[in-house]
Amino acid sequence: MKKLAAGVILAAASSIEAAADFDLSGSLGAENRLFFEGPALPGQLQTYQGSLELELDARWSLADGKWDIVAVPYARLDGRDTGRTHFDVREAYVRFNGDTVSVRAGLGRVFWGVAESVHLVDIINQSDSVEDIDNEDKLGQPMIELSVQRDWGLITGYVLPAFRKRTFPGVDGRLGFPLPVENDLALFDQGADDSADVDFALRYSHYFGDWDVGLSVFHGASREPRFVLNSGATAFAPFYDDITQYGIDVQYTNEAWLWKLEGIIRDTPFETFAAAVGGVEYSFYGITESGADLGIIAEFQYDGRSENPLIAPFTVADNDVMTGLRYSANDSADSSVLVGVVTDVEDASMSGIVEATTRFGDNWIGEIEGRFFMNVDPDNTLFGFKGDSHVMLRLTRYF
Amino acid sequence: MLKINQLKKAAKSALVGSALVVGAGFSAAYADEASVAKGHEIAARSDRSDNGFISSEVSAVMTLTNKAGKTSTRELSFKTLERENENVGDKGLTVFSTPRDVKGTALLSHAQILTPDNQWLYLPALKRVKRISSANKSGPFVGSEFAFEDFTSTELNKYSYDYVGEDTFGGLRVDVVERFPLYEKSGYTKQVALIDQDVFQTRKIDFYDRKGAHLKTLTFGDFREYDGGIWRAHTLEMVNHQTNKSTTLT
Repeated sequence: MKKLAAGVILAAASSIEAAADFDLSGSLGAENRLFFEGPALPGQLQTYQGSLELELDARWSLADGKWDIVAVPYARLDGRDTGRTHFDVREAYVRFNGDTVSVRAGLGRVFWGVAESVHLVDIINQSDSVEDIDNEDKLGQPMIELSVQRDWGLITGYVLPAFRKRTFPGVDGRLGFPLPVENDLALFDQGADDSADVDFALRYSHYFGDWDVGLSVFHGASREPRFVLNSGATAFAPFYDDITQYGIDVQYTNEAWLWKLEGIIRDTPFETFAAAVGGVEYSFYGITESGADLGIIAEFQYDGRSENPLIAPFTVADNDVMTGLRYSANDSADSSVLVGVVTDVEDASMSGIVEATTRFGDNWIGEIEGRFFMNVDPDNTLFGFKGDSHVMLRLTRYF
Repeated sequence: MLKINQLKKAAKSALVGSALVVGAGFSAAYADEASVAKGHEIAARSDRSDNGFISSEVSAVMTLTNKAGKTSTRELSFKTLERENENVGDKGLTVFSTPRDVKGTALLSHAQILTPDNQWLYLPALKRVKRISSANKSGPFVGSEFAFEDFTSTELNKYSYDYVGEDTFGGLRVDVVERFPLYEKSGYTKQVALIDQDVFQTRKIDFYDRKGAHLKTLTFGDFREYDGGIWRAHTLEMVNHQTNKSTTLT
């Protein structure tokens, strides 16, 4: 009976998609960033940075939903930072959706993990770091993806035939490094260019009652580069080492508690280290008459990698505590506010975030994002950003 | 327009779980055993009139009206996979197509009877699936006057029952049944359901909050019959008497 039912719902799923063969949507956003202080480096923009972003999302569904074709081009035009003006194809793939097997080929986007403050396990896509330093914006990754869904879980294998280099601000951009990062000088263990190199990944994920578990392994060029001085010591060359990374992510959900843990072991040509992030999210529900929720988040971040920049890419999240509050109004505008502070346990350097969003009418979204760097110790990785505290106001029209 | 895209029905199957008895102890203190049994029987008959649909797909427009009369809309689709065992909840998938900024957002829920449902939220902007807490069954569903617990399928064994009497509603003879949520964190102390005596469909539910005050009224309309005697309402209107806000599903 159960099997028959599963077959029927798949058949049912097919028919609804047949009703919408082609769908085009997208968004156009205007962004204003205001820095509280002038630049630390000569040539960087002063305190105001305006930019526009456009994303299109085209989807075809063919043969009763058995096949999907998706294209999501994205462009940002930045008024001040030449390195931030860029174009990317976030997604462009063909996917076959079978009853238990699905296959996807093209540029795709994948997310792994459970934590809020840092994403250790998530490794398939390269970060589009010029978008935001939180590394939640990603570049489309060329991939062939094969997924098999069984009663005992989902297994997905990836062949990643080309490498994407991380994006960095231009010499005129804020939130940059002491020297500009030149992607044209990028170095790889496999020679000058990793485009010919092929990376592989495998993931298992499933739920067991209140537990959600993911196990993953990745072998290929690290998405995080370390920085090597060029010959004239005028720029940094990003060096993407070959790594093997094992990951685990676990969430235990019990009433209003979410317990989260992500851990990795990364094997590089220089060292083998572990890193982890874990914590809790607890929600108070219905704190107002209108049913708003308040969540409390606390996560601890540990990273055992070498602090020598010639051995390992830098990380901020090495021994830090993140505490935050998430307020969801549960109103018709889906208004929400997230406030968080990450504090280094050793030197008390702090970075703070504020993210607020609400909808106006049916199609407009207003967002405020603030990033603050406080009490930054000269030895902390954040020291280069200490004068780059800013607020950003974004208005986006969806269509 | 509430549209039922697909409603699959199995061959008439034997009723399951009919041996289940709901103890009087669960129910309101002064309910006598006979009215408890009759209340359960009417609710069970209504629930089973829907048995064997296997799966359904519904697309709907949700219209939220605030007390000033201003409206906003959401288009969504619900897919439901029936579990015939009355001690196991149905599986449901809700996918939003508007507002545009949340297009593709999906909520998967495996309903449980007396414990919180298992729920996962898919956020298309991040491609992230998040297991979410469902302890908040009484919280508003996407800013509407529906609570999450109003949406998860109304499983028979989520309540104890008490038969109140007969009445007339919309020209139909109806049985009036009080039901009491067994889930301790329900936002309700009591619901009063009107179930017609003709095709055994729930026509109206009054909800009473944790203080026992009349909170909301849900009215079902535009019933249509599908293959094999399965009935479905095509308009649902939830009115909140305390805030004067309302939400319709059409």
